[in-house]
Amino acid sequence: MKLQRMNRRALTLGALAVSGALALTACGSDDTGNSGNSSASATTGASSIKCDDAKGQLLADGSSAQKNAIDAWVKQFTAACKGVQINYKGGGSGAGVTAFTQGQVAFAGSDSALKPEEVTASKSVCSGGQGVDLPMVGGPIAVGYNVAGVDNLVLDASTVAKIFNNQITNWNDEAIKKLNPDAKLPDLKIQAFHRSDESGTTDNFTKYLIATAKKDFPYEGGKAWQAKGGQSASGSSGVAQQVKETNGAIGYFELSYVGDGVNAASIDTGASAPVEATVDNATKAIADAKVVGTGQDLALELNYATKAEGAYPMVLVTYEIVCDKGNKADTLPATKAFLRYIASEEGQQILADAKYAPIPADIIAKVRTTIEGLS
Amino acid sequence: MSHAITDKRPSTLRGASLPKWSPYAFAACSVAVAIGIGVAAGLSSKIQWGLIAAVLFVVITYGVAARVEGRRQAKDRIATSFVWVAFLIALVPLVSLVWVTVSRGVKVLDVYFLTHSMGVVADSEPGGGIYAAILGSLEQVALATLIAAPIGVLTAIYLVEYGRGSLARAITFFVDVMTGIPSIVAGLFILSLMLIFEMQPFGFAGSLALAILMMPIVVRSTEEMLKLVPNELREASLALGVPKWRTILKVVLPTSLGGITTGIMLAIARIAGETAPVLLLVWGNPFINANPFEGAQASLPLYIYQQYANSSGSGAAYDRAWAASLTLIAFVMILNLVARGIARWKAPKTGR
Amino acid sequence: MDISTKNTEAPPPAPQPAVAQHKRAARGSTRPGDRIFLGLSRGSGIFLLVIMAAIAVFLTYRASLAISKDEANFLTAFEWNATAVPPRFGIAVLAFGTVVSSIIAMVLAVPIAVAIALFLTHYAPRRLSGPIAYVIDLLAAVPSIVYGLWGALILVPHMNGLFGWLNNYFGWTGILSWEGGAPRSMLTVGILLAIMILPIVTNVSREVFRQVPQMHEEAALALGATRWEVVRMAVLPFGRSGVISASMLGLGRALGETMAVATVLSPTFDIQASLLNPGGGTFAQNIASKFGEATEQGRDALIASGLVLFVITLLVNGAARAIIARRKEYSGANA
Repeated sequence: MKLQRMNRRALTLGALAVSGALALTACGSDDTGNSGNSSASATTGASSIKCDDAKGQLLADGSSAQKNAIDAWVKQFTAACKGVQINYKGGGSGAGVTAFTQGQVAFAGSDSALKPEEVTASKSVCSGGQGVDLPMVGGPIAVGYNVAGVDNLVLDASTVAKIFNNQITNWNDEAIKKLNPDAKLPDLKIQAFHRSDESGTTDNFTKYLIATAKKDFPYEGGKAWQAKGGQSASGSSGVAQQVKETNGAIGYFELSYVGDGVNAASIDTGASAPVEATVDNATKAIADAKVVGTGQDLALELNYATKAEGAYPMVLVTYEIVCDKGNKADTLPATKAFLRYIASEEGQQILADAKYAPIPADIIAKVRTTIEGLS
Repeated sequence: MSHAITDKRPSTLRGASLPKWSPYAFAACSVAVAIGIGVAAGLSSKIQWGLIAAVLFVVITYGVAARVEGRRQAKDRIATSFVWVAFLIALVPLVSLVWVTVSRGVKVLDVYFLTHSMGVVADSEPGGGIYAAILGSLEQVALATLIAAPIGVLTAIYLVEYGRGSLARAITFFVDVMTGIPSIVAGLFILSLMLIFEMQPFGFAGSLALAILMMPIVVRSTEEMLKLVPNELREASLALGVPKWRTILKVVLPTSLGGITTGIMLAIARIAGETAPVLLLVWGNPFINANPFEGAQASLPLYIYQQYANSSGSGAAYDRAWAASLTLIAFVMILNLVARGIARWKAPKTGR
Repeated sequence: MDISTKNTEAPPPAPQPAVAQHKRAARGSTRPGDRIFLGLSRGSGIFLLVIMAAIAVFLTYRASLAISKDEANFLTAFEWNATAVPPRFGIAVLAFGTVVSSIIAMVLAVPIAVAIALFLTHYAPRRLSGPIAYVIDLLAAVPSIVYGLWGALILVPHMNGLFGWLNNYFGWTGILSWEGGAPRSMLTVGILLAIMILPIVTNVSREVFRQVPQMHEEAALALGATRWEVVRMAVLPFGRSGVISASMLGLGRALGETMAVATVLSPTFDIQASLLNPGGGTFAQNIASKFGEATEQGRDALIASGLVLFVITLLVNGAARAIIARRKEYSGANA
């Protein structure tokens, strides 16, 4: 009461701001994606998405590799279940797992399965349960490059390893020439971009290099980039953006980020012909995957060293990580409904349009069973 | 009180001086010679041409002026041209910033953009808008102000009107220290508290961090304003038997109200653009959430960052980022202008 | 900053002793209103103190936890694997990057800012100086994320030419050689920071130069000084302490800048000898880009680095204050 005089103006301003905000609330609305060109296939409406009693907002964070897939799913799902908002922040696999083990998100996306210590950490969030990995999205990791005048670059594991380990530093290096006898390789310094944040893409990419070219890439691997030198950017999106803007750049990211002057290199795996980075070729490699997770966990082991004809070996599988038991009661229905949708046949079909690979049928069937059992 | 120094000494006492048009003539001459050299030597870079012209200009000016007017005048001319050049160089990035923001910002800035949130629009697609971000920013900043302004003003009153001894010294010192807190550190502090209490991200957490950043600014500016109130006013009021607290409320504060309000407005403008703590604490949200006390919210600076970072170089996202920047700048500028308006309007009363 | 000097006619610190006097009077009074009001204002002062102390204690505690677990040398290690199982992290790269980018920013911004301030107060036609000063005032309020966006999308592509030129002519120095990477290096960060702090430093310097006693300038003119001599002998000595504090204000902002650096820099955990080659990092940028994926242990490590930044900022502020205090004695003698 004493401060009336002094704060009158501040109060007036505050009141103005609040009433203004309230007035704004009345007139704003969420973009439902109907305006503008919706690139996702128009299956909206005739969908079999079951919403049950799902409502509220789901917070999720994690892999930027699957961000484009999630965007496509969210568009379909939100159209069917008006009461649910899915807020997926593609902050990187590392950020996703951390947010999950801190109980900040309903589910996380990660391109690497949970490590034992992360499973232990998740037990404090999942009362009576633990975090489990549900493989949902597969995809090729494209080695994208931006070199004017070069369209069909072929690389092999050892060359890729040397490029990213700063041992091959020029585009007209003998090793690259040998793989590309026809290409006009310029005398241009190679600008190798890696991820600055902790990333499942980095993890899978380095796992591939270690599995196939250990002597050229003498590191342990993991979500954080270990090799010295090179340049960095945050998120798959950031790396793609940098490669796009820098002549002579090369980087690794999901196929959906390829385009607009960025080409994906084909990989010489030792099969009869170099393998292009396409969804079909990645699907062939993922078909080799074995489930190594125990219990409800469906972590996969990928065969990076595959030499099968037409199998693109540099692949990753993105897991959605949830609690098997002890999910928060208010977000459980929505989480379950969303996961059920993306694991459904319909959900998996959308993936190909967004340049991702679906999960093999026998594995996705197990995923569906696990989702039904979530509590 | 203009300080432009006009030289009006009678001409009879002056030595020889160069005509007024001489700098332009030197400039034209040096540019011409520089182009000549550039073409002759086949220099491709325009920067080099510019540099050669600049060096020539300096040399010619100094040489001619030193010969005609004397060394001191020559130095004066050099200094003048340096000041002008510094000013022009500095204009380039600043004008570019404003120009680019405005020209790219207006592309998608329309009523739809302002009244819709991103919703389900993917980051790389066109469409969507900043409604949720504007709403979130307004609420977070308003709450931060509601916390920080009263505390800041009261603290300043304590320091100026009551404070002495070790407590006041400690507060003064810590206010100084607080002005140096990097915004990200304030964010980390609140984040760690949130995690201790197992809270989900929400808008008010951002407000708390912003309030921490805002308080010292408000204390500092209010302190200055209160110190400017003439002591005679206080003494007159006290001599009439008015209690001290009423003196402060009825005499001191009204006298300095304009200045205090200006200070608060400038502080608001400052925190409205903070990204780092918001990034940590309020998460960001493509959907509308009008409740700052529950659930993730969006915010304008964060929106700009996310549109830049998550877009994978898509033009649509960049356009949205520019449009959001334009909106944010407009918001901050309006606050600034209002603050100035208040300062000017109140000035005759305070500045006696 | 302009508010503090707006009413230049009134000598600012004058009321102090008198205020102290009626404080004595106030102590004697026992009116309830007085006590409540005193309680309220003292309460908020104490509240502020408590918040600050809480932050300090909390940060120090978390930082000490992290540093005690650190397997590498916290001050000299060139890596940041704070979330790894035996955590290994050090601030050498961050300290280097922070200091280098701030120094570049200061070296570029301060002379130009002083020149602009002189231009506005002593050189520009009056009709021009008013609006320009106004615009620069407003630019000081442009949020740093906007500078970041502009830096990443406009400045960086334009740096290629400059970098090539520097490499051609100064590449032999080593610190200005360029291997042709994307121009997201410490120099770019320094230039962006310089552009960001330019309006602030200009504003404060301008206010200071405006307060130069007209008598000094007129005296110099009367002695036949040229305009530059007036500036050098009357304006600059008077304004020196003000310019230094303005620079420190800018430096404080440059040291703690987060988002603008994060959008422009290509961070790596090593030190580049050349300012043009991408790499390095700063404290604030590292916290912003690493906190998301940081586990509790990693966050403690980031807090430890934040604490170092905090201490550096404090030292800078303290140094500025010391310089100003010393200069005041000098300028007193000069005046």
